[in-house]
Amino acid sequence: MSTDAATTGSRTTRLLGLVVLVGVLALILLGFFGAPEDDEQRDAVRMIFVHVPSAFLTYTAFLTTAVGSVMWLWKRSRWWDIVAHSAAEMGVIFCGLTLFTGSVWGRPTWNTYWDWGDVRIVTNLILFLMMVGYLALRAAGGDENAVATRAAVVGLLAAVNLPIINRSVEWWANRTLHQKSSLTDGNLEDLTLFTLFVGVVVWALFFVWAMIHRFRIGWLEHQLSSIDLEAALVQRRAEATGESAEEANL
Amino acid sequence: MLADVWLVTHKDLRIEWRSRVTLSQVVPFALTVLVLFGFALDANRGVLNAATSGLFWLTVLFVTVVAVTRSTAIETSDGACRALLLAGIEPSAVFFGKTLAVAVQILGVEILMVGGVLVFYGATVESLPLLLATCAVATVGIAASGTLLGALVAGVRARETVLPVLLLPVLAPVLIAASRAFDDALGVLAVDGWSWLGLLAGFGVVNAALGTLAYGQLLEEA
Repeated sequence: MSTDAATTGSRTTRLLGLVVLVGVLALILLGFFGAPEDDEQRDAVRMIFVHVPSAFLTYTAFLTTAVGSVMWLWKRSRWWDIVAHSAAEMGVIFCGLTLFTGSVWGRPTWNTYWDWGDVRIVTNLILFLMMVGYLALRAAGGDENAVATRAAVVGLLAAVNLPIINRSVEWWANRTLHQKSSLTDGNLEDLTLFTLFVGVVVWALFFVWAMIHRFRIGWLEHQLSSIDLEAALVQRRAEATGESAEEANL
Repeated sequence: MLADVWLVTHKDLRIEWRSRVTLSQVVPFALTVLVLFGFALDANRGVLNAATSGLFWLTVLFVTVVAVTRSTAIETSDGACRALLLAGIEPSAVFFGKTLAVAVQILGVEILMVGGVLVFYGATVESLPLLLATCAVATVGIAASGTLLGALVAGVRARETVLPVLLLPVLAPVLIAASRAFDDALGVLAVDGWSWLGLLAGFGVVNAALGTLAYGQLLEEA
């Protein structure tokens, strides 16, 4: 096996990584120095350049996990199984980032880190906990196919229960502090909106870059387990026929 | 199909009747949790009364983890689930049969726990039909998702720790909805408890449907 085969990088990912780096630099400059402070939210408004893209990518990731789960159960496609796993990991990271940035933004704006009356953050937290369970199940190990099937059912269970969780929290919390939508209420400055747009694009490109690498790691792990299985089979056959493993391999 | 469902339910309940695990371990566990909540809240009648519904249903969730672990252990020991499949019983019938058996056991514990909150927390029942309907509808949903996840972790090495991590967040809407319905039934809050039953029923239907579809594949992997 050549050393090239074991790497997760390629010309495309390196180029993409470079674009993401430049994009992050541009976002930092625009976010801290370009976009003006908000009349009401003051400097805290800059948090949306991370918070909104994270929330968007959280749902993208978990939707990908749900699609990957269906495809595994339906077609037994290893490719989709690894996509589902990779997306779930990315989703947990972005969901955590959404909750963290939301809390930090909430302190100066709402005067509290956490608000139980807000539907979106409470729903997001339950989703986060369910997907942490999904990753715990994956980490518990076992037969590759069995792990994929179990994880796929949990991925689907999280997806189908999400509307019920959302509705229950909505009824439970009869008031909400959450911004209806900073994007459509017309209060944001043009440059702030442009920076937010750059933020969404840069974070989305980072998501794609990280997904490709995570997927390739998963694919290499899968190949490694196949190689190990093949070697073990050769060894067992050799033991049965009395040959050495090297002879049997020839 | 219905005969098979009854067969599996009957089998699980008979095992339970002979081993008395629910009666000798799960019921004392539930009552202990209720009493410990009393200590944690400094035996303050006002606070306990206001929190009765939430504490009751939180205890039910803990009881579910114990009951599902037990129900799963019955099928995983000695490869009993393979024998069930080889016997030609539809996996969905096994799923519904086990769900029903778990539901009956949890319902039994809930009835004793209602007595517990009446005595320890000074709660009063304002609407018995709502209380009974909430227990019935919520328990079916809890048992369905519990049985599904129980089969899912059956083949996992660390299943005792993985099960609560997976099950408790999924049951969050039941905790919310059943607690609000109980608030009405116990006269703690002026909310429309009956409207929450629809959500509980929706939860039960969704989880039962997913269980019907996935249970066969999970039994084969267990």
